[in-house]
Amino acid sequence: MQALYGQLLVGLINGSFYALLSLGLAVIFGLVNVVNFAHGALYMTGAFVAWFGLSQLGIGYWPALLLSPLAVGVLGMVVERTMLRRLYQLDNLYGLLLTFGLTLIVEGLFHHAYGNSGNSYPVPEALQGGANLGFMFLPRYRAWVVLVSLVVCFGSWFVIERTRLGAYLRAGTENPRLLQAFGVNVPLMMTLTFGFGVALAGFAGVMAAPIYQVSPSMGSALIIVVFAVVVVGGMGSILGSIVTGLGLGLVEGLTKYFYPPAASTVVFAIMAVVLLLRPAGLFGREA
Amino acid sequence: MSGPPGIQEAREARRAGIITPGRKRAFFAIMVLVGLALPLAVYPVFLMNVLCMALFASAFNLLLGYTGLLSFGHAAFLGSAGYVAGHVLKAWGWPPELGLLAGTVVATLLGVVIGGLAIRRSGIYFAMITLGFAQMLYFLAVQLPFTGGEDGLQGIPRGTLFGLVPLDQPLPLYYVVYAVFLLGFFVVYRTIHSPFGHVLRSIRENEPRALSLGYDVDRYKLVAFVISAGLSGLAGATKALVLQFATLTDAHWHKSGEVVLMTLLGGMGTVMGPSVGALVVVTMDNYLSGVGDWVTVIIGSVFVAGVLAFRRGLVGEALHLARHFPF
Repeated sequence: MQALYGQLLVGLINGSFYALLSLGLAVIFGLVNVVNFAHGALYMTGAFVAWFGLSQLGIGYWPALLLSPLAVGVLGMVVERTMLRRLYQLDNLYGLLLTFGLTLIVEGLFHHAYGNSGNSYPVPEALQGGANLGFMFLPRYRAWVVLVSLVVCFGSWFVIERTRLGAYLRAGTENPRLLQAFGVNVPLMMTLTFGFGVALAGFAGVMAAPIYQVSPSMGSALIIVVFAVVVVGGMGSILGSIVTGLGLGLVEGLTKYFYPPAASTVVFAIMAVVLLLRPAGLFGREA
Repeated sequence: MSGPPGIQEAREARRAGIITPGRKRAFFAIMVLVGLALPLAVYPVFLMNVLCMALFASAFNLLLGYTGLLSFGHAAFLGSAGYVAGHVLKAWGWPPELGLLAGTVVATLLGVVIGGLAIRRSGIYFAMITLGFAQMLYFLAVQLPFTGGEDGLQGIPRGTLFGLVPLDQPLPLYYVVYAVFLLGFFVVYRTIHSPFGHVLRSIRENEPRALSLGYDVDRYKLVAFVISAGLSGLAGATKALVLQFATLTDAHWHKSGEVVLMTLLGGMGTVMGPSVGALVVVTMDNYLSGVGDWVTVIIGSVFVAGVLAFRRGLVGEALHLARHFPF
């Protein structure tokens, strides 16, 4: 039983990262109409910024939690302004190809600088240790990750669905030209949205640093699974991508307990089943 | 939308009389002859590698350039066919012709399954789904016992084709690979220029209209996908025969990206583009193998430059130049 609860917790944590990343992808895709392949690379960059900050500059976990997403967000906005912007009139496949190329560049640079091996990042002091719940041991940091991810996810959902800013965002998703005619600076909004979306990826990277090894290839394996999560959930709804992310993480954890060899492929198998039964995705709107 | 910029150039060139049926025949005749003579001057294994990747990219272009479907998981077909061909040649001692056939058949069947699922969504989702399934196959290739995991299959025997042609010598092997390439290229060419190919193009230009004209769009997409997967498999099986190994590299998503790059760089939607792109990318890989991780950075930079500034591709640019400086 211990092992089952342990795997469920791992699943919940993976699911939190799926949720954070697919949320960012969905927000970006909604307004900017780009599928950001570089999302995984930027998640990795976020983790590396935190690691570099700690090991070279002595910047701890808490400032990194703010600085790292900021750095990644700024990087994203520069990319949006200088490159992605030129592709908006074209088929959105070009956006995917551009971000794919950027992924190769970023990963190649990190591989060159830091090699293939992972670097460990210590758990911050305040979150070390854990609590014995009677049926299992709960490391404090892991509980923190799940909790904060949920707060950030639902916070984003609240901002997008319930505030005036979110209303602009949704209006931009529906009809950017009309919104621009009302005097809203849509191009700026797109830049900021892209920055926010990738900042979420950077944030997830910092959160992940103490759990996984900080390595150049930590992003690309993850992003492909997140794409499958997005296909299963459909990018139509914010809440949908959060629920799907957490759900698939849990399913993965269960698979790891009951039939470990299938753990790495189960998400793709679920994707196949969903495509058969409900091609638009569980929460999708488009046919 | 009137298709990728490369194909617009080709259309303009045809209109301007730069591409004429006579010139086309002459060009292909020269190409075939050059291909026959080339191994006397250039290292054959390098050439065969280029030919395999050119076939792979041409098959891929049938989907991206002519049907408007971006598959981000074509390494699945290249890689799995390589493993299957390698396995039947090495473990079961099949002759090379059956090895190639086995690889092609398995890739075709995979194409039916993956294609059948992926065409249920379009656009960007299609790309993500194919990528997902390719990753699933990659994990299977890591885990299944017959693939040799991280080591891959080594020392695949080449054997004797039809019991007549000894493939252990470089020149006979080269001409067999060349024949395979020409066969595959011809299949792609005939598909593009058949009534079926015109329906594919109409789907790319305007899917709802093709549907409203009564074409079973999904069926056409699926057949195009299966042809493309099968030919990619033929390329993968041939590659395993040439290099005598099959490894995870050919099933990795980097390979799926590389074939997109070849097509983009050469000119998507042009007949010759993917082959030109394959030549460039394989040459680049070859000469840059000493610089380690910088290869990825350079390939990525070429990708970014291609998408931002060079969407016609090399063939598209050449046609563009020819139109403005007529010869």
